[in-house]
Amino acid sequence: MLELDNIQYKVEDFSLINISLKIETGSYFVLVGASGSGKTMLLEIIAGLCNLSEGKVFIRGKDITKFPIQKRNIGLVYQTRSLFPHMSVFDNIAYPLRSKKISKTEIQKEVLTISEDLGISNLLQRKIQTLSGGEAQRVTLARTLIFKPDILLLDEPLSFLDVQLRKGMMQLLKKINSNGQTILHVTHDYTEALQLGTQMAVIEKGLILQTGTPSEVFMNPRSQFIAEFSGQKNFYKGILEAASGKDIQLRIFKTAGLEIQILTEETESAGNILIPEESISISVAPVDSSLRNTFNGKVKHILNAPLGVEVIVNIGVEIAVIVSSSSLEKLELREGSEVFISFKASAVRFIR
Amino acid sequence: MASDNWRVNTLHYWHVKTLHATSQHDKNATYKQKKAMFKKPDILQLIFIFLGGLLLLFIIAPIAGMLISTSPIEVFQTAADKEVQSSIWLTLWTSMAGVIIFGLGAIPLAWIFARKKFFMKRLLLGLINIPVIIPHSAAGIALLGLVSRNTMVGGLAEHAGFNFVNSPAGIIIAMAFVSIPYLLNSAIDGFTSVPEHLEKAALTLGASRARVFFTISLPLAARQIFTGLIMMWGRGLSEFGAVVIIAYHPMITPVMIFERFNSFGLSYAKPVTVLFICICLVIFVAMNIISRKKNARTR
Repeated sequence: MLELDNIQYKVEDFSLINISLKIETGSYFVLVGASGSGKTMLLEIIAGLCNLSEGKVFIRGKDITKFPIQKRNIGLVYQTRSLFPHMSVFDNIAYPLRSKKISKTEIQKEVLTISEDLGISNLLQRKIQTLSGGEAQRVTLARTLIFKPDILLLDEPLSFLDVQLRKGMMQLLKKINSNGQTILHVTHDYTEALQLGTQMAVIEKGLILQTGTPSEVFMNPRSQFIAEFSGQKNFYKGILEAASGKDIQLRIFKTAGLEIQILTEETESAGNILIPEESISISVAPVDSSLRNTFNGKVKHILNAPLGVEVIVNIGVEIAVIVSSSSLEKLELREGSEVFISFKASAVRFIR
Repeated sequence: MASDNWRVNTLHYWHVKTLHATSQHDKNATYKQKKAMFKKPDILQLIFIFLGGLLLLFIIAPIAGMLISTSPIEVFQTAADKEVQSSIWLTLWTSMAGVIIFGLGAIPLAWIFARKKFFMKRLLLGLINIPVIIPHSAAGIALLGLVSRNTMVGGLAEHAGFNFVNSPAGIIIAMAFVSIPYLLNSAIDGFTSVPEHLEKAALTLGASRARVFFTISLPLAARQIFTGLIMMWGRGLSEFGAVVIIAYHPMITPVMIFERFNSFGLSYAKPVTVLFICICLVIFVAMNIISRKKNARTR
């Protein structure tokens, strides 16, 4: 459906690097990235508002890289209010049709149909200035959907809505997608990817880090960014060393001066590890057990977590450990306490 | 500036007063506010009102004085004078023609200035204001140098069957030359104030560049462009210096006023002046009302 092939784009001190994406017809694709990661720029490139120096954009297999904006049939809904303030709601929604040679009665009919679909038919005669944020968002969507774009590009469509309106808008977007509309939705909020996306990608500093279904991406985060987002704290970048000794599965992962033992069948390479915080135990003296990894450090913070208490220990890197509040009392832990933390080599997950 | 401050302050005061006086709750606050206003006279505000008042007087007094000291009968007699009638008509239509002809170039130029980045843009932005800062007689001389019979432009015009010197065409270019910066500046401000993402949005909705210009950029900048057009027209029809050098005849009203004063004296020049001022005032008040109504509709 939509395919981006090796897109490079540079403005002043920012650049998009080697962006390649494939978005299937009918999918709801969510692109997640922090602000300044190049999301909006990518949308403008697809819509044709920026001239590409390198790379290609295909829609339905057709190269549209050199197509002018108005010939692309791509709908772009901006984050900021982009309704035309000097026109009524009706005229705003009818705007795309008036560029085409369509009769007045036909326009009237189409506007009515789409506004009934989006639940805004009572707003048609209103002035733009009198609309609430949620209403304006729906009108903007109607104005874009009315010309039946091949793909709908949404730039942070939920970020200016309060909780109640977000819910309604999410349901609406899902409905639009289930009617067969392909959607590319960019956001800084990973929960939107989980709730809406059938496919997702992560973009950071102009680079696509990972693509896949939301569950693939969140189960195997390839970036600190996503790991943090999905609530997984102990995520470290480093190098997995080659096997040595007789146990070829037990390997060393080196990060920030630490050597962590890990049970894996992956080949040696640079990558990331994830240590689930609930699989780490904490003690005030070294324990002799089967646990392969034991480090000592100082308690840096103690924070309340939804389940139990989160203890942040500095062992050279910061590592988060979940304990119950009764263990916390029994061990008399407080900020600055000297502690040992241990975890199994099999609890450590390697993510390339 | 001072007069503006005076207006703002008084307006603000009246606004506060009427707004709060009409609302039922908050009466206490209104009372306190009023009390505070009367209790502590703001010295700065008093100074501003005094200075502003003087300035207003300076603007109003000469015009009011002239209106009072000229008998209405004389004004009516002057209005019946064929020579005066044709002069006023000439002034009105040439200034309007200048606005229309040169507006056709000024509005696209303003859009380019507002939207595009290009080499020496700042310098050019400065250059378009030159007609305002040079003496208008000098502007007239410069224009005459460009369009008199022995120049290329003058020669071409002669081929086409008309002449700039001592003709309505000359009057039009003289008026337009000195007044075009008012339109340009206002239109540039107008186009700059149109959010660029609205234009982009319209493009993504399938509109051609031309359609975006006529349905989005132009209507949204219309109020400022209209103000610019009125300013340009007003400045054009009051022009004397540049016009008198290019075209003493046919006589536009500012030239006629000067001529009557020069040949016959003050009392003879007054009725024409009063008549012309009245006509201009009526037109500008009417224009302002139209522009307000337009404004109310687009807001």
